[in-house]
Amino acid sequence: MSVEGLLREHGQPEREVYFDHENSGWVPPEVVEAMLPYFNRKGFGHPSITNKPGWEAYEAVWRVKEHLVKELNAGGPQNLVFTHSGTEANNLAVLGSAIASGRKGGKVIVSSVEHLSVIFPAEFAAKLLGMKVIKVPVDEEGFVDPEVLSAYMDKDTVLVSVQAVNHEIGTIQRVKELVKVVKENNPEALFHTDACDAFGRIKLDVKELGVDLLTLSSHKILGPKGVGVLYVKEGVKLEPVIRGQLSTQTLWPGVENVPAIVGFGKAMELAFKDFSNQVRRVKSLRDKLLNGLLNEVPETLLNGPKGDLRAPDNVNISFLYVEGEAVTVELSLKGIYASSGSACTSRILEPSHVLLAIGRKHEEAHGSILFKITRYHTDGDIDYALQVVPEAIKRLRSISSLKPSHPKQ
Amino acid sequence: MSSRIPLPYSPKVLKYFKNPKNLGPMENPTVEAMAGSPACGDMIRLYLRIADVGGEEVIKEATFESYGCAANIAAASVLTELIKGKTIKEAWKISWKEISDELGGLPPIKYHCSILAVGALKRAVRAYYGGKELPPWLPKELTAEERQTMEEEEMIERIYGRSPKMK
Ligand SMILES: Cc1ncc(COP(=O)(O)O)c(C=O)c1O
Repeated sequence: MSVEGLLREHGQPEREVYFDHENSGWVPPEVVEAMLPYFNRKGFGHPSITNKPGWEAYEAVWRVKEHLVKELNAGGPQNLVFTHSGTEANNLAVLGSAIASGRKGGKVIVSSVEHLSVIFPAEFAAKLLGMKVIKVPVDEEGFVDPEVLSAYMDKDTVLVSVQAVNHEIGTIQRVKELVKVVKENNPEALFHTDACDAFGRIKLDVKELGVDLLTLSSHKILGPKGVGVLYVKEGVKLEPVIRGQLSTQTLWPGVENVPAIVGFGKAMELAFKDFSNQVRRVKSLRDKLLNGLLNEVPETLLNGPKGDLRAPDNVNISFLYVEGEAVTVELSLKGIYASSGSACTSRILEPSHVLLAIGRKHEEAHGSILFKITRYHTDGDIDYALQVVPEAIKRLRSISSLKPSHPKQ
Repeated sequence: MSSRIPLPYSPKVLKYFKNPKNLGPMENPTVEAMAGSPACGDMIRLYLRIADVGGEEVIKEATFESYGCAANIAAASVLTELIKGKTIKEAWKISWKEISDELGGLPPIKYHCSILAVGALKRAVRAYYGGKELPPWLPKELTAEERQTMEEEEMIERIYGRSPKMK
């Protein structure tokens, strides 16, 4: 069904601030500029064909890999695989390592707050290979306790996957400690970390962390959609999960999306320019929005930790007595674009599994709103949000049949 | 987030969402009823003022409150528009489909919003006749909308009961 009429009815808000970078977002003009030549001026060939446009494409892909090697301390370009999304990189990591283990009836351990592109492949691997999936519980701030993880480890464990930063509530996991616990229990077990929401927010050094596999996604750092990366430590065996004509890589077939990879490279360059200052600024805007909302609006819950253990860009608050989908629509009418973990936006009419895993009740999860801050946000943007959001909550609470003043059903 | 689904609302949903008609609690309603639950994320409270007009029981006023998504608010508001001025008997006949159609056709995953609105109305009507003699047009057994409303409420109870939250 077309939504042309809906968009007309919605109208053009006077001021717009985009906070929905969790789900996707706009791309800085420099990134678009960097991509453009690769559509029709150079490097538009196939990176593994012996002609000039092909070699130019090869060179472009190679450069981005070299850059990534530096940012991640990844050893060499041969340890990096480009996929067509973070989802695909996570599938390759989880399914690829489960299949390559050659085990029937092994064990895959994931945290209960992983992205669905980790949880679903883990469940699929279990179904295909007769493996067991363990979802490790987290505490009320979303942390995996190394001791709890340790209790689940055994000699059958093929893979452990715990993300570096949670995409919804911003929990920064203690990956290094978790890796240590896993390897102490079973040196054969692989450790994968989904770092889609950590890259560009916290320092990531694969050697220092000790991980075997690490996932990135371009559009989570303001790059174009449709590029993912999997770091695969030297010596780690994976079975490719998509089959077809190989190009420059052996773990992922198909022609590399060269313009998008170049755009990702540019986005990475911008993300790491003056990194610590940028992060400091983003963090201060985060706290301004987070504290502002908690102070301005009564009956709220902060989802995820506070302070330095929270991703610098993440604000996730449950507004009680309102439903999140209605809040996102109301905010959208005023030009504030955010998302919700409510069931009403989901295919299965269940609220976000991340919020349920940290012990939120259904009605608390339904009222959750997620904002992501970038270095492009200004103080004025946050001020605008601090004006619009409380008004929106107020109006929807005035409509709501669920209020403290009403007796329980 | 959880597994997403597109929600191509018609402009009418947005219209009612922006300016809901007949919003708010009513002072001394003849009857009120509630459907849904906070845990479902969908809850409608309906207030009716019913008066005898020439021997017929007519809904003179209808208002609502809604805790729910944009479609839920719009469905409740449309329902109150549709039943205002109708006899109870006429109002009883309104189906969830009529409400959905009135909103330009809800996306299928949102049908339950209009079912909930009709469920609340039917509950209000039954409450109105509570203890009185039922009129001949009012079936003793629950209608499809009432059953579905109850099922939704019960389903969430079951989910709650079954999955202890990790803490
Ligand atoms: C933590 C995490 N993992 C994986 C993905 C999937 O990445 P993509 O959208 O590129 O498939 C995302 C994207 O939202 C994410 O936030």
